[in-house]
Amino acid sequence: MTLFLGAFTIGLILSLLALGIYISYRVFDVADITVDGSITLGAAICAVLIVKGTHPFLATLAGFAGGLAAGTVTGILQAKFKLNPLLSGILVMTGLYSVNLHVMGKSNVPLLTGETLITLAERLGHAGLGKPEVNLMGWLVSTRDLVTVAVTLGVVVIVCLALYWFFRTDLGTAMRASGDNPQMIRALGVNVERYRILGLALSNGLVALSGALLAQYQGFADAQMGIGMVVWGLASVIIGESLTGSRSLGLAIYGAVAGSVLFRLLVAIALRWGLNPNDLKLVTALFVFAALVLPQWLQRRPRPALLAPHR
Amino acid sequence: MLTVSNLSKTFNAGTVNEVRALRGVSLDLPEGAFLVILGGNGSGKSTLLSALAGNFRLDEGEVHLAGQNVTHWAEHQRARLIGRVFQNPFMGSAPTMSIAENLALAARRGQRRHLGWALPRKLMDELRDRVSQLRMGLEDRLGNAIGSLSGGQRQALTLLMATWIKPALLLLDEHTAALDPKSADLVLRVTEEVITRHHLTTLMVTHSMQQAAKLGDRIIIMHKGNVAYRFAGADKQRLGVDDLLARFEDLRRREMLDETVADLLRENYI
Repeated sequence: MTLFLGAFTIGLILSLLALGIYISYRVFDVADITVDGSITLGAAICAVLIVKGTHPFLATLAGFAGGLAAGTVTGILQAKFKLNPLLSGILVMTGLYSVNLHVMGKSNVPLLTGETLITLAERLGHAGLGKPEVNLMGWLVSTRDLVTVAVTLGVVVIVCLALYWFFRTDLGTAMRASGDNPQMIRALGVNVERYRILGLALSNGLVALSGALLAQYQGFADAQMGIGMVVWGLASVIIGESLTGSRSLGLAIYGAVAGSVLFRLLVAIALRWGLNPNDLKLVTALFVFAALVLPQWLQRRPRPALLAPHR
Repeated sequence: MLTVSNLSKTFNAGTVNEVRALRGVSLDLPEGAFLVILGGNGSGKSTLLSALAGNFRLDEGEVHLAGQNVTHWAEHQRARLIGRVFQNPFMGSAPTMSIAENLALAARRGQRRHLGWALPRKLMDELRDRVSQLRMGLEDRLGNAIGSLSGGQRQALTLLMATWIKPALLLLDEHTAALDPKSADLVLRVTEEVITRHHLTTLMVTHSMQQAAKLGDRIIIMHKGNVAYRFAGADKQRLGVDDLLARFEDLRRREMLDETVADLLRENYI
């Protein structure tokens, strides 16, 4: 059960990463590699501030702001300097590696001391529930884990609602259109370049927020923690779309979160069944491949039944 | 309303792919004028429209619209004054977004985008009202994604979007060329209605002689980046399809001679 709760929590934390990638990948149709760097930046800024004694809430927001900055740089490279989107993401991610090392001062910052959102939540849980363990549907789980899940779920729900609201405003609708049909929206008076910068900033801000929460949950920030995260995020978005379809904005947002959680649960189960952790990235890639190919394959199946009578 | 003086644009200058798309084109349109632009392939008619919309910088010349010098304005800045319908029916609307959302975006053309709700109740009522005037049954399907509609329906909606806020200038770039005859007729009917009702200053590029003869109150025929013929008023009304064809025949005959020889002949003998 602890395993389940842990996977659920990480799935929720990384759903913010998935939401950020949803913005860059589905709204702007750009595979933004910057996220490998911005998730670490969020974690780094947050960790360093927490060790210095800043309130974890502010530290987390600072991490979010770092992501906004990183996304803005990527956006400027694309919009003002007309660099290829993939290339600009790679450039910023590469640069961020050094930036992150400077922020942290070393390659790993542990959060053993210092007040994090998790420790705050734990105290809340103890104060509210009064006991170190709770009976949850027959399983005995620690209060800490339970309250962590609850708080993380709360944060994710707030972010989802905020995103849904934002993309239904005039500005958000124009932003969606600037990814869908830039020529049309330019002819309607929108500065497409500026919106792309804004969108990428928001996207990487969410990713950095995810990084800040992840650092607090796992107890450290590491310079390498971002490597390969873009694949996790893409996998979550794609799995989510296979589950809920991408017909409406609300479903797509819900799908990204559900995809992330489901993915992490499946990974936890696989590891429990003895999957070698070294194989994890390969399994991830295979999984994403399957999620992409399966819908096509399922659509094709009815036809052989139609052909059969002719034989 | 629109004054265009001496527009020139050369693409890929100095290379083997050099194209002198516009060579000193000048126009003067009063408010409410409906100009039809005819011309063969490569005559520069679509380039002229793109130049007016601001898709690229001009080499020479100036564009004055509604009393303002828009020559150096970017495309999205000019969008405040210009409504545009493209030849490709899929270029004028965002396919994954709903009809209502597309129209809502057009309802705020050229204005600063804010964080208010994109589809407030009042706007939805107005959307339903104006879409039902198209008489295409689309007012019941405002929530559907625009990508599911046919080319003709999309083009009609693009026209509605381009004219939702009355533009100073309406640019129609062969907007029925990619449609089947029935849809083309429908879109043309809607076009005429909208232009007449709002008294719009319009530039319509077409390669259909029938459309050119039937619509508009003035016409220019472009050839190789220049305005070859100009007709307005009574002269224009008198033009039939045969007259237009005869003019094209003229141009073709002239083309068989080298340009410089044609000029020479014209100077010495006409």
